[in-house]
Amino acid sequence: MQALDELIAHVPTFAGLTGEQRKLIAGCGQNEHVAAGSMLFSEGEPANTFYLVRRGLVALEVHAPGRGPLRIETLEAGEVIGWSWLFEPYRWQLDARALEPCDVIAFDAACLRGKTEEDHELGYQLMARFAANLVDRLQATRFQLLDVYGNTEVPA
Amino acid sequence: MATLKSQPESELLGPMVPEPFVLRSKRQETEDTWTLELVSAARERGIAFAPGQFTMIEAGGAGEVPISISGDPSDTETLTQTIRAVGLATAAICNAQPGQLLGIRGPFGNSWPVQRLEGLDVVVAAGGIGLAPLRPAILALLANRERYGRLVLLYGARTPGQMLFVEELHEWHNRGFEVHTTVDSAGPEWLGHVGVVTRLIGRADLDSGFAGLTCGPEIMMRLTALALADFGIEGERLYVSTERNMQCGIGHCGHCQLGPWLLCRDGPVFDWQTIAHWLQLREV
Amino acid sequence: MTQLTSRVLEREAFDSLIDALAARGYAVIAPTVRDGAIVYDEIATSAQLPIGLTDEQDGGRYRLVAREDDALFGYNVGPQSWKRFQLPASRRLWRGALDANGNVSEIVEDRDEPGRYAFLGVRSCELRAMGILDRVLLGATRPDPTERSVRANVFVVAVQCGQAGGTCFCVSMETGPTAQDGFDLALTEVLEEGRHYFVVQAGSNDGAELLAELPTEPARPAELEAATTAHERAAAQMGRELDITDIRDLLYRNYDHPRWDEVAERCLTCGNCTMVCPTCFCTTVEDVTDLAGTHVERHQRWDSCFTIDYSHIAGGAVRSSPRSRYRQWMTHKLATWIDQFGSSGCVGCGRCITWCPVGIDITEEARAIRASEEEPVASA
Repeated sequence: MQALDELIAHVPTFAGLTGEQRKLIAGCGQNEHVAAGSMLFSEGEPANTFYLVRRGLVALEVHAPGRGPLRIETLEAGEVIGWSWLFEPYRWQLDARALEPCDVIAFDAACLRGKTEEDHELGYQLMARFAANLVDRLQATRFQLLDVYGNTEVPA
Repeated sequence: MATLKSQPESELLGPMVPEPFVLRSKRQETEDTWTLELVSAARERGIAFAPGQFTMIEAGGAGEVPISISGDPSDTETLTQTIRAVGLATAAICNAQPGQLLGIRGPFGNSWPVQRLEGLDVVVAAGGIGLAPLRPAILALLANRERYGRLVLLYGARTPGQMLFVEELHEWHNRGFEVHTTVDSAGPEWLGHVGVVTRLIGRADLDSGFAGLTCGPEIMMRLTALALADFGIEGERLYVSTERNMQCGIGHCGHCQLGPWLLCRDGPVFDWQTIAHWLQLREV
Repeated sequence: MTQLTSRVLEREAFDSLIDALAARGYAVIAPTVRDGAIVYDEIATSAQLPIGLTDEQDGGRYRLVAREDDALFGYNVGPQSWKRFQLPASRRLWRGALDANGNVSEIVEDRDEPGRYAFLGVRSCELRAMGILDRVLLGATRPDPTERSVRANVFVVAVQCGQAGGTCFCVSMETGPTAQDGFDLALTEVLEEGRHYFVVQAGSNDGAELLAELPTEPARPAELEAATTAHERAAAQMGRELDITDIRDLLYRNYDHPRWDEVAERCLTCGNCTMVCPTCFCTTVEDVTDLAGTHVERHQRWDSCFTIDYSHIAGGAVRSSPRSRYRQWMTHKLATWIDQFGSSGCVGCGRCITWCPVGIDITEEARAIRASEEEPVASA
């Protein structure tokens, strides 16, 4: 089985990191399998773990009374789920559910937060990558909000 | 069925006189969108068109609208049009019953450059009802499958219930298109992607060797073009289909102007290199 | 002007021209006075022309005032152009039957026979406008089989301007004031001490044939010189100027210029400019049914890009702000028209300036945009 640090080398989010940095990150991670339908995390829980999807499809959802779970976005192989572990109060704001059987790498957030405290260069590199990720997803979310396919009416 | 009594065919009719077509059948695609199949009432022939062209359609005297032809270009007997009811004229067309006569003028406009793309990989990015004007191009590409490299379809709709041509998506997949779909929002029964269509681009393993055809609401086309450009799919190898108000369809009434272009004559299909600047200006 | 092709017609004999046209079956359309303005209407004698009148024109201002002489053509252009003969303000395209099931049938197309007209008093700018309109209308992707060039159908008697109007800028647009071709006959009116005559040139075989029937004398050098003086006087009196150097690209570069915001504060989007302009050609098509729902007609009528509906697509109007609509009109007229039809859309007649209720001046707007590019960059 491939070592974790080699696995994450091919993930866009971790591209360009040094071998040493990848080892540090991999040291906080472990492979996990998630059954279809299982929750990876739920709204309100402490954000102690974040995930990299290696195989499968994960949905970000929010549940509304009477409307059931509303699917906000789906994430698949190569994509990182979760940023709430980076910022206080370290609490998840959405549900994440596996739509299919998934192989993920689960990273211990506390472990990684500790390492970035010691190694600010590693911290900076991770922040820069997550920031780029956030920008992409924010842009896509804004586009999604526009509801461009809707039967638009001119606001009065 | 009403009989036709018009001027003798020996007299050439003016370009503003519609030709009668009979509605043979219609199929409801979504809550407000129907696909109509029409055949010519006046003559033996059907209609020859190139993928991307449009007709001016009217029903019941309720006014004409430009609608892209959504049918198979190799079927010259049937005129297929997919229409969304958004106003009086389109509602009248969508309410038409089999056997009713609709007035058709056209086909007008230019077309998706399907032949020019031979030898290339092609990505078709469709948003919402934008899949309808692309369907003839998809069918034309599949009709000569061996002349193209990879064929990729990225299709985004608002919700699963608002997807068009759902059964055909499987058929296109079987015939050689890599099909990726996504919706903006979905309930729990949807097990596919949720997110905007541009999110599919990164997942489809595209590269700069691809040519692109994209159609949908203008915002979607602009943002899709920007996203495709990240993969080197841009400039003269990326095509969009534009839309403006049309009254005549024949370059006479002035309404369909988009900067220096008359869409009924110079469009509606343009390459991104030519049209990007004009689409990115506001209120042009 | 050469001596060979020019003849002189005395004022007293002017009606022979009108009579000769009428004898050929032409309805003679010429300037007349109505409601304090000069409009084109059918005439039978020269007495119906705006004799002894001139016009004072400026931004948002038009007045007819008396001249000190009895010139027949001593004014410039009024609110009307000749375009309604090429493109009717309103016409029915076809009519048909409508049944209870929504079937339209028994369509009968309206095929109006083009009238047989002689236009008497066409200015150079107007001649050019007719040519521009012909190129637009006859260049449609599906030409109407009933549409023919105005030039092919109409006997044109041009009048070479002897003075320019307050809003004229045909010299800038290179469309006048002296017509070189495109007419059957061209007249230059000359009023001298004790004499009132017209120097007449034939510009076509039809024109030469008709001219041969009129009581004229060969033009003498002094008379030719008087005509030339009149032409030069008109050219020197232009009320406005528009620098057309690179005008297309100048406007293409400036779609976001703040000047558009400035003019938008004044523009009422009333569309007067589009109605009086001799080249504005936009039309809208409407299908109308009667109250009983048994008949349907398709009508075509003049439209204006200044209306909010003009650019309507599903979701709303593309050009909802007045700023964008004024910009559309002006950039179409001076810039995109060139790419669409191969020439400028503007002939410098000045009507849009005169008939704008707030006096917006296309030449001033163009000047302001051009001037801002030539300003030295302000230091920080």
